Amino acid sequence: MALKVGDYKTDVHNDWCPGCGDFGIVNSIQMALAEMEIPRHETAIFSGIGCSGKTSHFINVFGVHTLHGRVLPFAQGAKISNPNLKIIAVGGDGDGLGIGAGHFVAAGRRNVDMTYIIFDNAVYGLTKGQASPTLKLGEKTKSLPTPNTNYNVNPIGLAIASGFTFAARAYSYDIRHLKDIIIAAINHKGLAFVDVLQPCPTYNDINTRDWFNGVDRVDETTNKPMPRIYKLEDTDYDPVVHYSDETELNQKKTQAIVKSLEWDTKIPTGIFYKNELITPYTRRLIDKIPNYIENPSALQNISKNNAPVTKINHILDSYKV
Amino acid sequence: MFALIVVNVINVNARYLMLQQVNEVVSDFTWMIGGPQGSGVETAANIFSQVFSKMGYQIFGKREYYSNIKGEHSYFAVRVSDKQIRSSIKGTNMLIAFDAETIFRHANDVLENGIIIYDSTLENIKVSDVITFDNDFKERMEGFLKSNNKENTIKGILELASERGASIHSVSFRSLLFELSEKIENPRIKTMIRMFNVLGVSLSLGLLMIPTEKLTESINSIFSKKKAIADMNVSAANFAYNYAAAKFGSTDFKFNINEIKENTLLVQGYYGTSIGKIIAGCRFQSYYPITPATDESNFLETNEILEINEDRPGSTLVIQTEDEISAIGMAIGSSLTGVRSATCTSGPGFVLMIECLSWAGINEVPVVITFYQRSGPSTGLPTRHGQDDLLCAINSGVGEFPRIVYASGNVSDSFYDTANVFNYADVFQVPVIHMMDKFIASSVTTCQRFDETKVNIDRGKLLDEPPSNAYKRFEHTADGLSPRSKIGLENGIFWNTGDESDVEGHISEDPVNRVEMMDKRQSRLDYILEKIPESEQIVKHSDGEFCVVSWGSTQGPILDAIDMLKNEGINIGFVEIKLLHPFPKELLKKSFSNSKTIIDVEANYTGQLGSIIKQNLEKDPDYYILKYTGRPMTCTELYDTLKKIVNNNAEKREVLTYGA
Repeated sequence: MALKVGDYKTDVHNDWCPGCGDFGIVNSIQMALAEMEIPRHETAIFSGIGCSGKTSHFINVFGVHTLHGRVLPFAQGAKISNPNLKIIAVGGDGDGLGIGAGHFVAAGRRNVDMTYIIFDNAVYGLTKGQASPTLKLGEKTKSLPTPNTNYNVNPIGLAIASGFTFAARAYSYDIRHLKDIIIAAINHKGLAFVDVLQPCPTYNDINTRDWFNGVDRVDETTNKPMPRIYKLEDTDYDPVVHYSDETELNQKKTQAIVKSLEWDTKIPTGIFYKNELITPYTRRLIDKIPNYIENPSALQNISKNNAPVTKINHILDSYKV
Repeated sequence: MFALIVVNVINVNARYLMLQQVNEVVSDFTWMIGGPQGSGVETAANIFSQVFSKMGYQIFGKREYYSNIKGEHSYFAVRVSDKQIRSSIKGTNMLIAFDAETIFRHANDVLENGIIIYDSTLENIKVSDVITFDNDFKERMEGFLKSNNKENTIKGILELASERGASIHSVSFRSLLFELSEKIENPRIKTMIRMFNVLGVSLSLGLLMIPTEKLTESINSIFSKKKAIADMNVSAANFAYNYAAAKFGSTDFKFNINEIKENTLLVQGYYGTSIGKIIAGCRFQSYYPITPATDESNFLETNEILEINEDRPGSTLVIQTEDEISAIGMAIGSSLTGVRSATCTSGPGFVLMIECLSWAGINEVPVVITFYQRSGPSTGLPTRHGQDDLLCAINSGVGEFPRIVYASGNVSDSFYDTANVFNYADVFQVPVIHMMDKFIASSVTTCQRFDETKVNIDRGKLLDEPPSNAYKRFEHTADGLSPRSKIGLENGIFWNTGDESDVEGHISEDPVNRVEMMDKRQSRLDYILEKIPESEQIVKHSDGEFCVVSWGSTQGPILDAIDMLKNEGINIGFVEIKLLHPFPKELLKKSFSNSKTIIDVEANYTGQLGSIIKQNLEKDPDYYILKYTGRPMTCTELYDTLKKIVNNNAEKREVLTYGA
């Protein structure tokens, strides 16, 4: 019997603030899993620390709520050990791009076949609203004593520079679009990154839902707000690297980075970059270990009736006097 | 007094000299070669070790080197004996030097009746000419030569050695190469100074009249993958060998060819944990490069494809990560999928792992951290030995959680111990920190072939089949251990969190649940002491009124020193503690029951095990023998100090300082 969205929900009380953008992301993940009919036991959600870290407790699949900034190492360790699993890592922007930035870059270099979703609200919510790595220089959200003194990191740009082979952005109040992006990310063969713009109603009084909706920008002729968000798929933007060629690759990468810098009045969402021509880590392992996919670490028998089954005679023989 | 360490002339103890009587077959012999890093000192020592092991001798070699790629001084001391040996001695019977630094640093190590073979072109080099000397050493050496009325040159220091009875043989290594190149008509060899190492070892074997075929055999086996290089080295070796045999005259050292004991291996120190991991079924190792831990990961990756009985090949995934945090994070992620996983590191890497270690603790994740200690604090002496991370391994963490800290005393033990620590991790569902160190890692020894039939694998309550009832990862049970599912197992879904959690693994701040969960986890410590066999917790090597207590790699020097004392009719007890946390307090009390004087031996400053003993037994050890020069203890130093204690001549805290 096919699983429904409800089957991917737990009965754990969700303690996020009313109106939090995180709800849309959890719902989208559950919808994506249901639509893809992924068996619950073949999936694991790994999460970092912060409000977003609780995500794994709300989804009825294996859930591993790790440490601040460390979600990617835990998640990659599981995926590499058992490549048959679907692994989704989630975390905040401070988690992934601040304390975890080193792991973010290293993960890009590996290109392990999994998905990483960042809940990007430009503030540290659970510690009461400090500036996160994506808050713009000079901005002062309501909980900051003085304006932000750091320049912001560009998540899409950093992902592409680090080697992620899929980089997308979505908006947490557009659940259907977000769900489609998550499905595309899960289906991508390689490491997929999704930067989800997610208003924090409690601490970020700049990038609010109304701000994204353009309430401050009313069209004089129609008298309607002009939303800031638009979708790349509604334009002629082509994110895909189609063939293995340096010019093509460089063009698609630079195009994505330039596109990701658009902000303020026009904020693009959708897939910025997609390249399946770079080998995923799992494929690189097959080059070393031919039967890696059929017989990965997690599926190997190491003993029979409590006796080890691994042969070490040939190793010991080579050290024999 | 410490300033004089390096240039103190060695006082050879009487017992050791007895072994070296003229014209008798030598029972115990130490050979040393030094040179700049990158000059093949290790290869030379490897040849020497192989030759003597093929002659049926036991080998104990140790390597010392700077934190440097090329140019700084490194040396290798190889001790050979027809009896069991487990450590080095103070001093050497023979020294091979093709650079000035080696002579200045080690000429004083040469024992009476010893031999020095050196490059004659170095004679007029002054202390100040050696640019790689630290200023401290330079001053000490110049002062030493001056106080002995010797000129400040190689000639000066060699004169002193000669006055002490050493026989000194000089030869120009460059001329040897030149003559060789003429003889075999290969002009390339003329300037091949990287062959000095092979010339050095071959000169010494020629002088000692060791059968030449052993030399050829060893070189061929070491260079077995590069025939041309092997051939060139064999010609050079034979040439140098014949030169020494013809020109150097004879020595008083005679060696027998003994029968090779069946099932003898010649191994490097890190093979024990490496091969132990393979046999134990460790299928995932993540690591970040750090001395002296990296060799193990390198070994595992070199042997990543595994032969499996009656099955398709298996494999070990060895992943080099971006840092040690990622190394342990990945190992934990791997363990959650049911894999036996591990990481391998040293002190500066271990401290980065603490937060993840704590996470593994609260989530009851079996993971093994193989901890090859070096000398701190901070990066300290990056390539030198120390046992100063015991308390760090036991105490570091966020909050209170159960863990096991376990130590191995030698290479062979470390093989069996590695198999055991994976069982402990699985059975008790705790992280295990397996203490090793640089002394073991960079030693080369003969030992009995590792016996895989003695290894068993116990995965504890790991579920293989989907559970039929509603599964709860942290369900309360009579023994405090819950059935353990793995990611991917049908009906076995669980949650983990670094926060306190309920039985399902969801966050809970409920005070009643909190107490239940703390009690559940912490009850593990008593359970561990109850379930691990006593023989795996503490090894009582011998009994005595005076009793040494120690942990880890001091085992070898202690056992050798105790044997030396035994020959003089002095019996000393030795209790080796392997399970350091949870601490086997009652068993230790029992082990000390016949002993009046307790002597704590450790390679650190504060006597860390001693402090644990004091805390648990409410009694301070009577004596501490400590060493923190970064160099391993020798059996002769321990022999001297134990004897002082027995004769009631010792301070409560005795500090050992030998070694360059």
